[in-house]
Amino acid sequence: MNTPAPIKAQSCAHSPVLKERGQREVFCGLTGIIWLHRKMQDAFFLVVGSRTCAHLLQSAAGVMIFAEPRFGTAILEETDLAGMADANDELDREVARLLSRRPDIKQLFLVGSCPSEVIKLDLARAAERLTTAHAPHVRVLNYSGSGIETTFTQGEDACLAAMVPVLKESQARELVLIGALPDVVEDQAITLLSEMGIGPIRVLPSSRAEGAPEIGENTVFACLQPFLGETTAALERRGARRITAPFPFGEEGTTLWLRAIAEEFGVDDATFARVTDAPRVRARTAIDNASAALRGKSVFFMPDSQLEIPLARFLTRECGMEAVEIGAPYIHRGLVGPDLALIPEGPRISEGQDVDVQLDRVRTARPDLTVCGLGLANPLEAEGLSTKWAIELVFTPVHFYEQAGDLAGLFSRPLRRRAILEQGAAR
Amino acid sequence: MKLTVWTYEGPPHVGAMRVATAMRGLHYVLHAPQGDTYADLLFTMIERRDHRPPVTYTTFEGRDLGADTAGIFRDTCRAAYERFVPQAMIVGASCTAELIQDDPGGLAETMGLPIPVIPLELPSYQRKENFGTDETFFQIVKALAKPMPRSTEVSVNLLGPLALGFRHRDDIEEIKHLLAQMGISVNVVAPFGATPEHIARLGAAHANILMYPEHAEAAARHLERVCDQPYTKTVPIGVGATHDFVNELARICGVEPKIETTRLRQPWWSKSVDSTYLTGKRVFLFGDATHVQAAARIARDEMGFDVVGLGCYNREFARPIRTLAKEFGLEALISDDYLSVEQAIEEAAPEMILGTQMERHIGKRLGIPCAVISAPVHVQDFPARYSPQMGWEGANVIFDTWIHPLVMGLEEHLLTMFREDFEFHDDAGASHHGGKAVAPSAPTPKFQERAQDTSSDVMVWLACAEKELKKIPFFVRGKAKRNTEKFAAERGMSEISVDTLYEAKAHYAR
Repeated sequence: MNTPAPIKAQSCAHSPVLKERGQREVFCGLTGIIWLHRKMQDAFFLVVGSRTCAHLLQSAAGVMIFAEPRFGTAILEETDLAGMADANDELDREVARLLSRRPDIKQLFLVGSCPSEVIKLDLARAAERLTTAHAPHVRVLNYSGSGIETTFTQGEDACLAAMVPVLKESQARELVLIGALPDVVEDQAITLLSEMGIGPIRVLPSSRAEGAPEIGENTVFACLQPFLGETTAALERRGARRITAPFPFGEEGTTLWLRAIAEEFGVDDATFARVTDAPRVRARTAIDNASAALRGKSVFFMPDSQLEIPLARFLTRECGMEAVEIGAPYIHRGLVGPDLALIPEGPRISEGQDVDVQLDRVRTARPDLTVCGLGLANPLEAEGLSTKWAIELVFTPVHFYEQAGDLAGLFSRPLRRRAILEQGAAR
Repeated sequence: MKLTVWTYEGPPHVGAMRVATAMRGLHYVLHAPQGDTYADLLFTMIERRDHRPPVTYTTFEGRDLGADTAGIFRDTCRAAYERFVPQAMIVGASCTAELIQDDPGGLAETMGLPIPVIPLELPSYQRKENFGTDETFFQIVKALAKPMPRSTEVSVNLLGPLALGFRHRDDIEEIKHLLAQMGISVNVVAPFGATPEHIARLGAAHANILMYPEHAEAAARHLERVCDQPYTKTVPIGVGATHDFVNELARICGVEPKIETTRLRQPWWSKSVDSTYLTGKRVFLFGDATHVQAAARIARDEMGFDVVGLGCYNREFARPIRTLAKEFGLEALISDDYLSVEQAIEEAAPEMILGTQMERHIGKRLGIPCAVISAPVHVQDFPARYSPQMGWEGANVIFDTWIHPLVMGLEEHLLTMFREDFEFHDDAGASHHGGKAVAPSAPTPKFQERAQDTSSDVMVWLACAEKELKKIPFFVRGKAKRNTEKFAAERGMSEISVDTLYEAKAHYAR
């Protein structure tokens, strides 16, 4: 039933892109800290910013994570803005205090914010200074999660890219997977590849500093997420080579992603089939079950996490949906090109955002499902439009075969719920 | 620079958003970088609002910084006016835009928009969210409200309720009930549901009801000065405070104080014998100053609790809270540092916390029940049902809310009698909170830790005394431990035996 649709002569790879500039209803890159600090268990993320940054981190996930968080905000105050020497001294003091309270911390990220960038606080230099001061126990790195430089998931990209230059050199021919996924999904990916005889497999970011991958000219890597452009460039500068493939969402995406790696490592077809046949069937069955409510329905993607293009590929080709518009904060063709090429021509592809203008297009199209941020979901529901909040797609295990049905389920649940309530009201 | 893990208040522009979102016909143009739009979800998700906050963000990026960010502001301002056609606009900067000094107020003024444009100066690096609400509402009132003839009937304005407030929606209804009984009509409620046109009519009221000093005190003072309107100083949360409020309002308005309490059940619920077990429950109060002040009076005078600690996170109200604490024989905790609040609660070892959502988590970690009395809020603080804090129904709601987290009276006795029963024991917690009967366990690691802590303090619990202590129900164990140690220390004892434990118990018996 969900055999991939044959690729039309024309795909979205050649569609014109509507570029917009205006109000963007998206998170800044600081938001990535919410999942990165759980993934990297000996790292601490210290945002150098304002009360707004602290408030964002507290509010972004919709709930507060009250397990002692491994992140915090050094809030700039009036006195810090007066003179630069001041701010650096203050930062050194706060870091020293933090590290003495948390001796388990091995990696400290100084995370730049909009205010720290506008006042040109040099966090790269601060990181060097603090690395020397706290060596060898703690390594201090810096990256920008500011809204003026990064959009939502670009924060993870900036963080991983900052780690690449300090990874150890290695000449081993090894596979490195890039991207912070939930442990259960990461383990599935490693198991599938290991069963094909590929290994050893490293992951960036690793859960602890000592497990960090080593990099060199014989390293090949595959991205697990479509927003890792800076990290890709940094790895390529170290001589590593990227395996190009669609992203591992759904049965088709997972198979194509695995196949690209299998080909790189010379895995024969029989082995590939032995490892993937059973989970492929399971994934298709699960998608069939979960996507019944999606078939023939239209979907509109507002820009959010940069997962939009791979997910639109999954929904249109594996769940029978029709995409009206696929909006992304920005489009990195080197990364999402293979996914884009699989989507049949038709949907509008947009990059950037002018939110009120885009909402006008949503109201005109009245799609069956709108994928959007939390600030827009309830207002659109109140206008009678079904929505799927996008942040759940980043916080939920959705990659690879065993989650393919869950991924379809995330999109179908709002439609099923609406149907149940409408039936109930009619009774 | 100050390291912060969790914050009680957001930045001041979020306060301005709370005012704008509560109103209709007002639009807020905020000079801000990408990402500051996160604040929209506070309103659409936590409060389940069915429309977007009326806020347009300029969303400037890094590459705009060297260029014309002022131009972006002007374009955004004009586009927002044309799209939303508001009756008035407020304009301002978030923390980042404050640094680039584009002067949104000055820029907007030169644009010649045909509506009032009110500039906001909200210093992000000095002040916080509650300053933002109070200052924004004050600026709007100052710009739009002028002296005017009084309404013929006695009328009042309700000042302070806004978006993301703790039960503001229902408090308004409750105040309206009280007013209706006294024959006082409502001129304007603001900011909640008001338009700029309504604000312009504020001067027609005979007096103002200052519902939430955190959000409207500056406006109330201004109106007192400019429109000669007195305002109420009592916040009607609790039975006693509601009586006082009615009397104060009657005096201000020159009408008879009419009190109709047929719906008020709290006093009898509190007097009834089932409530005896509430006597002397040790409670710790923390939240915004207004709610803490009200809660302290209710806790002591209407519930019979023992207030063992109190404080607020909004420094602006430090003085009245310090005075209040002194009246209770306590030292007030004025802090917005979550970790020091946690430490203070741990040290006071109360039997219940009356706090915010932040203290609810502290309570979870320390194993202390908690009821929420104040913002900052959570999605659970916007119940579908009618659930005010103010007035007679508010008093009923508070009674229910506060006793719900506690182990009920008879259950408490049974736990004391049969504390080693395999399924009905301390660790199972209050039975009405769901089936979580676990096998009785060794004392929790937290407790062991503390036991070790004390031994390092030269105070040694003999094994038999420690065993006896563990037989005391969990909700009073902390108090028993502290009292015994204090008792022993005062007598220069370094060892605690079973006898010491019971001598201390006799000494502190009430």
